[in-house]
Amino acid sequence: MESIRLNLPADRQLVKSLKVGDEVRLFGNIVTGRDAAHKYLVEQRPDSVRDILKGTFIYHCGPVVKKVGGGWGVVAAGPTTSIREEPYEAQVLEEYGLAGAIGKGGMGEKTLAGLVKTGSVYLHAVGGVATLLAQRMKRVVEVRMLEEFGTPEAFWVIEVEDFPALVTMDSHGDSLHRQVLEASRKRFDELLKQKG
Amino acid sequence: MSRVDYDLFRRGTAATIEAAATVLPTDVADALRRALEKETGEAARSALAYIVENIELSQKSTSPICQDTGYPTFWVELPAAWDRSRVAAIIREEVAAATERSALRPNAVDIVTGKNSGDNTGILVPAVYFDDAQGDSVKVKLILKGGGSENVSCQYKLPMGSLGAGRDLEGVRKVVLHGIFEAQGFGCGPGIIGVAIGGDRAQGYSLAKKQLMRSLSDRSPVPELAALEETLLRQGNELNVGAMGFGGATTVLGVKIAAAHRHPASYFVTIAYGCWALRRKVMVLSSEGFAVSDH
Repeated sequence: MESIRLNLPADRQLVKSLKVGDEVRLFGNIVTGRDAAHKYLVEQRPDSVRDILKGTFIYHCGPVVKKVGGGWGVVAAGPTTSIREEPYEAQVLEEYGLAGAIGKGGMGEKTLAGLVKTGSVYLHAVGGVATLLAQRMKRVVEVRMLEEFGTPEAFWVIEVEDFPALVTMDSHGDSLHRQVLEASRKRFDELLKQKG
Repeated sequence: MSRVDYDLFRRGTAATIEAAATVLPTDVADALRRALEKETGEAARSALAYIVENIELSQKSTSPICQDTGYPTFWVELPAAWDRSRVAAIIREEVAAATERSALRPNAVDIVTGKNSGDNTGILVPAVYFDDAQGDSVKVKLILKGGGSENVSCQYKLPMGSLGAGRDLEGVRKVVLHGIFEAQGFGCGPGIIGVAIGGDRAQGYSLAKKQLMRSLSDRSPVPELAALEETLLRQGNELNVGAMGFGGATTVLGVKIAAAHRHPASYFVTIAYGCWALRRKVMVLSSEGFAVSDH
């Protein structure tokens, strides 16, 4: 499949045109943010991180990092399960002007409605492929809230190059996760009736 | 026969932690390669290709396969001459040292303050369980099980009316299949399913997790349970959830079942969901030194 190049901050028209099944490659700065970050973004509505989030993707990821010289290097950085951010994500996308979220496992109807409303997308990175994804990270640009949240939960601003992900939820209201859930539920109901 | 040698134990523990985090067991890596070969779903095939490439990259660069290096859980079989508290202290120190070297991510968070301890030690972390040794050698089994896969592990109480699951192996089949269905997308499939039938609630979770230490080619010695393992492997894959929940031919790589006696009033079925990055290693100490293997 031909993959689509996305330079960051993103061209919002291009993001809006993406469809479930499209493979994308990201170039530019993304920002990690997971459980503590989402709770913080919604409950405190801080101004201190607006500049780094605007126009890019929030990556559900708690990386393994290493001190290198005066800065940081990323050792391993695959996605974490996104559904935990379901209560917050739609609001986070809208409030901070994000182009979307990157994670794994997909998200629910509330987020999907948020994607439609804001013209953003949910990108699925392959869970567990942490070394491969870390090698697509050129450098740590900066980190915020490290002291308060600890390594896995901090906002790591990371410049990526050729970072692969799959569009699994789009701004047209489609979701691969919903499709697979519905098909597998049908199979599950049939298998329940079959004897082992 | 192994001498009591705490320094050797320390070196072996450090090597075992590093190997577990960076080198996927051969049986699991081979199963993932086979899954890639036969996958026809485009998205699942692409996911499996990245997974296989990542396994090789991690091993080559000795960096963690997955950034979530999990709950470090050790089962230690110790001959009587060894001091358990000293062994537990060495494990704790080596887990902290591995975290300092970035072989492990700091994963221990204080419930009250919300602070990450920063070195993977804390209350009940790392988990260390002791058993008496079968012979006179020291054996350490380690699993680094990620939080995402632990979150989709679950426990059923039979009977379960909504699934028509009664208190028999057919009921077990139904709830395990339900557990695999429910885990879709969240546990980083294709998964390895550890199942415990019976016991009390705590024993169920413990026994189920221990099943993840078994080789994928291992079959239960109980013929009825071996048959159920096979059925659930086949039917689990027939759900077509696929790698990462993208839809595809391989949803589970293995189902490993063990049973314990149950209380007449209880019938628990416990599932330990292992993600594809099943990081398990076994270390054995001998007079020659230590040896680290996959299971």
